[in-house]
Amino acid sequence: MEYILLIISAVFVNNVVLVQFLGICPFLGVSNKIDTSIGMGVAVIFVMSLANLVTYLIQNYVLIPLHIEFMQTITFIFVIAFLVQVVEIILKKSAPTLYQALGIYLPLITTNCAVLGIAILAVQKDYNLVMSVLYAAGIATGFTFALILMAGIREQLALAETPKGMKGFPISLVTAGLLSLAFMGFSGIVK
Amino acid sequence: MGNLKYFTNGLLKENPTFVIVLGTCPTLAITTAAINGIGMGAATTFVLVFSNLIISLLKNYIPDKVRIAAFIVVIATFVTIVDLVMKAYTPDLYKALGIFIPLIVVNCIILGRAEAFAQKNSILPSVLDGLGMGLGFTLAITLMGSIREILGSGSIFNIRLLSESASTILIFVLPPGAFVTYGFLIAIMNRIKLKINL
Amino acid sequence: MAKKLESTLTNMILSLVLISMSMSAALGFVYLKTKGPIEIAAQKKETDAIKQVLPEFDSDPAEGKKERDGVVIYRLNLQDQPVGFAVKTFTDKGFGGHVELMAGFLPDGSISKVTVLSHKETPGLGTKMSDPKFSNQFLGKNPAEFILKVRKDGGQVDAITAATVSSRAYCDALQRAYITLEAVKDSISVNQ
Repeated sequence: MEYILLIISAVFVNNVVLVQFLGICPFLGVSNKIDTSIGMGVAVIFVMSLANLVTYLIQNYVLIPLHIEFMQTITFIFVIAFLVQVVEIILKKSAPTLYQALGIYLPLITTNCAVLGIAILAVQKDYNLVMSVLYAAGIATGFTFALILMAGIREQLALAETPKGMKGFPISLVTAGLLSLAFMGFSGIVK
Repeated sequence: MGNLKYFTNGLLKENPTFVIVLGTCPTLAITTAAINGIGMGAATTFVLVFSNLIISLLKNYIPDKVRIAAFIVVIATFVTIVDLVMKAYTPDLYKALGIFIPLIVVNCIILGRAEAFAQKNSILPSVLDGLGMGLGFTLAITLMGSIREILGSGSIFNIRLLSESASTILIFVLPPGAFVTYGFLIAIMNRIKLKINL
Repeated sequence: MAKKLESTLTNMILSLVLISMSMSAALGFVYLKTKGPIEIAAQKKETDAIKQVLPEFDSDPAEGKKERDGVVIYRLNLQDQPVGFAVKTFTDKGFGGHVELMAGFLPDGSISKVTVLSHKETPGLGTKMSDPKFSNQFLGKNPAEFILKVRKDGGQVDAITAATVSSRAYCDALQRAYITLEAVKDSISVNQ
């Protein structure tokens, strides 16, 4: 039950993009088409869960025993960058079709602040290994969900007439604002 | 004074927040109050100036293939320094900014300036560029923080403008208000740019 | 301009190792310099919160401190006379989840004052739990006879309009503080 609530909370109530403001850059950058946003979403779910698994182990078996918790930021960012590289190489060798689908999104993930942010948040929240990975998977699913919703809206929006000054980022941001307003309705579900 | 242009570049023409639209996460997340804007801006400016300084100093000693890794080490170090110093001396501000302090490390503005500017220029222009970009970012997010604080809480820099009982437009300090305010500010900047070009 | 280093393996490793080492050294230095101030800042915060909920005291909160099930209890004295207890308590039943309170209890068991330390409640609704209008109703009440529940649930607490969940959470945290305090009260002295 605890795990189910954790996932619901991570996907809807504390939606990473619309409520916590992490991963805004890819959210605005790759939400033009539904296809690409699904690809990006799957890549993020994969990397984020893996990143939380590895950073959990590093935090508890390296940083804490050595009393160098203050090196957290520097080690985590390296682990994530390294992981992305490894995943890219492995996919390229063992699953070329999957690599073709996800490959272009992988390098973009290193700079997705949601990955680092969620790894640090999971440590701050004192989650155990299973909860940490589930939390990451839930958060990443929430990210994908928001991305797909946004892409759906933007595909329609492209056909509408927009005032000159509002074209591009401004109209996307206002749209995201309305989506975020809708997501506020989820707050209070998980108590 | 040819160097001055490196400084003013980041303030308006290539303002990281409103024109290039980088570093959007902290811009949206921490601008619930004007003071947060100044704190976040100062922290980011510090990291920008020092990472630009170190990278322009070391640029000839960093082989091309490992440059990004080297840049990240330098940036992450300064971010951690800011993190520790703020935790020690401004604990309230540190708590308000929360996770977004360590996340300065993935703020695209910083890596972007290291890659696009500091590794190609000498020390003085690099520092001025960092200072200009940082100040441009600070001004932008403080402006946004002020707007959201005035409309949403009826105060600015924690000084009350309205009486306690006055109702304010709460939505502006909630997440949706961040997106909408940012969207309209960029739209206004676009409009100004169009006007100037005409 | 000096020539740029070639990307040979030795150069790459050498330059990365040197940069990492000098940066770690700088970091270690700053860490040692700020370690003390960080601890002082954290302690000051704790003391400031206690000062808000209890009358004047002169004992060190770090002495006479006890923790049980996530609730921290401080026993405080003024010139060796008991001033009361400060209880750092919490609940996970808030509208936005976790809420942390600091509650002051006088030696006779009545509540002297309560402040909210952290919360994620809805601004404008749940945040009203910090307003005197709501929090003052607890002053001087003794949870032994004052039922810490909102009126809807058969208690004596006037809930905040449109924020019953937050009000319930507040009562839950206070009740937790009271129960824990009752359980450990006699086992803490200031000069342990």
